Amino acid sequence: MSAHKIEPGVVGHGIADPDDSVHRGNPVTVDRYTAGARINHWITATCLVLLAVSGLALFHPSLFFLTGLFGGGQLTRALHPWIGVVLFFSFAGLFFRFWRLNLWKGADTTWMVRLNEVIGNRDHEDPELVEIGKYNAGQKIVFWGMSFLIIVLISSGVVIWNHYFSDYSTVDQKRLAMIVHSIAAVVIICVWIVHVYAAIWVRGTIGAMTRGRVTGGWAWRHHRKWLKELVTGKPPG
Amino acid sequence: MFPPLPNPSVQPSASKFGEQDLVRRSASTVPQPARQLTPMAKLIDVSKCIGCKACQSACLEWNDLREDVGINHGSYDNPLDLTPNSLTVMRFTEWVNPETKNLEWLIRKDGCMHCADPGCLKACPAPGAIVQYSNGIVDFVHDHCIGCGYCVTGCPFNIPRISKADNKAYKCTLCSDRMAVGQGPACAKACPTQAIVFGTKDDMKKWADDRIKDLKSRGFKNAGLYDPPGVGGTHVMYVLHHADQPKIYAGLPENPRISPVVQLWKGLTKYAGLTAIAAFAAIGVLHHVVMGPNRVTEDDEQNAKRLAEDRS
Repeated sequence: MSAHKIEPGVVGHGIADPDDSVHRGNPVTVDRYTAGARINHWITATCLVLLAVSGLALFHPSLFFLTGLFGGGQLTRALHPWIGVVLFFSFAGLFFRFWRLNLWKGADTTWMVRLNEVIGNRDHEDPELVEIGKYNAGQKIVFWGMSFLIIVLISSGVVIWNHYFSDYSTVDQKRLAMIVHSIAAVVIICVWIVHVYAAIWVRGTIGAMTRGRVTGGWAWRHHRKWLKELVTGKPPG
Repeated sequence: MFPPLPNPSVQPSASKFGEQDLVRRSASTVPQPARQLTPMAKLIDVSKCIGCKACQSACLEWNDLREDVGINHGSYDNPLDLTPNSLTVMRFTEWVNPETKNLEWLIRKDGCMHCADPGCLKACPAPGAIVQYSNGIVDFVHDHCIGCGYCVTGCPFNIPRISKADNKAYKCTLCSDRMAVGQGPACAKACPTQAIVFGTKDDMKKWADDRIKDLKSRGFKNAGLYDPPGVGGTHVMYVLHHADQPKIYAGLPENPRISPVVQLWKGLTKYAGLTAIAAFAAIGVLHHVVMGPNRVTEDDEQNAKRLAEDRS
């Protein structure tokens, strides 16, 4: 399928995600995201930031000035829902790419129970905490949290998209949709902060989404099970 | 008879109130006004209304609005609901009084109530799009309106309508432009039976008292004034012959108040939301300062290399 398969330095391919592969070298590099996945991710990310900024502008009077970035209040009001539609379909693309690898496993519960050791940088020698597949429990929670919140946001958003849908709901339903949309938006911004911070804190992560690959050391340190699986060509154990 | 409003002078005159008399301004604050204008009110005596719709015509005429030609829905209601053009409509209800078995034809002139505590203004996110003057007028400033429809969710009376033509919200202004030069609302001026009268809120309450006494003497023992306290009172009031059940007048709310959902959204959610976002960002910064970055070590790279080499 892709060029790296015939590259002599390739060691192995993943079973769970056949696009990933390990390349020998100094350091060893590991493919993590295809160009398609990266483009898909950055369209979604751009939409999310634009939605957060335009949404916050209408959420609190002290942030109303942010409507200036979109050409004024009327344009902000008109554009926000359309950006939401783009995000919904773009995120749907990410969802179908990644959902299988984000299924919850028993080891994820252990990881969450011992989250304080992970946050405290004390997880790197413990086999229970280092033998992680392509995604750890935190990443899975971000994935499912985003998925759930985007469903809530698009459904409540349609109810309050007055230009097209005002006739399809009562005022009481609009009130309910309004508060649900606001709270879900606040929560998704918090989830987004966790997502961005984790990528900054764990050095070497951002390259996975910009250049598509990470170093072997990064994979060994944070997703050892995924690395072993790629090298051996089958899930360990 | 209530003394009819005198025809004012046609000479140009300065506006009787303006920006300096604002008591509330949406999504922003205003300084305490230096003077308090006399609170004004429109009193609609439902028992005197003959359903002629002169008020509707006068409203369209004064505000230079045209309503689309509608269709007959089998009732006198025309148009069927408020629109961005029809800022007031007559609502006709055929009601059988369960005590007397009489058919009563209830006609209520619907439109903005000019609440003392306006839900539309509370919900509005656009600074200065909704303003309230110390004389009681709640007005929409269309230059600042962004067409989001939040005022619709804020209003306990379901009054504002968003125009599909210019995406701005419209409702009765209490003829603020006429009041500014000492005139009364166009609807009150046009009403042939004085079912609509206009004056200071105190005078209107006194006038309503006389009307209620009269109605009681005619057997309407539940006659009363509709000036709902849940929204701080209104600057458009009704005299109702059945004030104990406002619902029968085409769904006039029993005890209108700003929905608790809207209160929560515009209150706690607004502040707690921004606090939560700021807290998450602060925790991130703090964690990074205390723990430092989580870096891959040379050992990690060597281990990965060994793993990859072993495979070959």
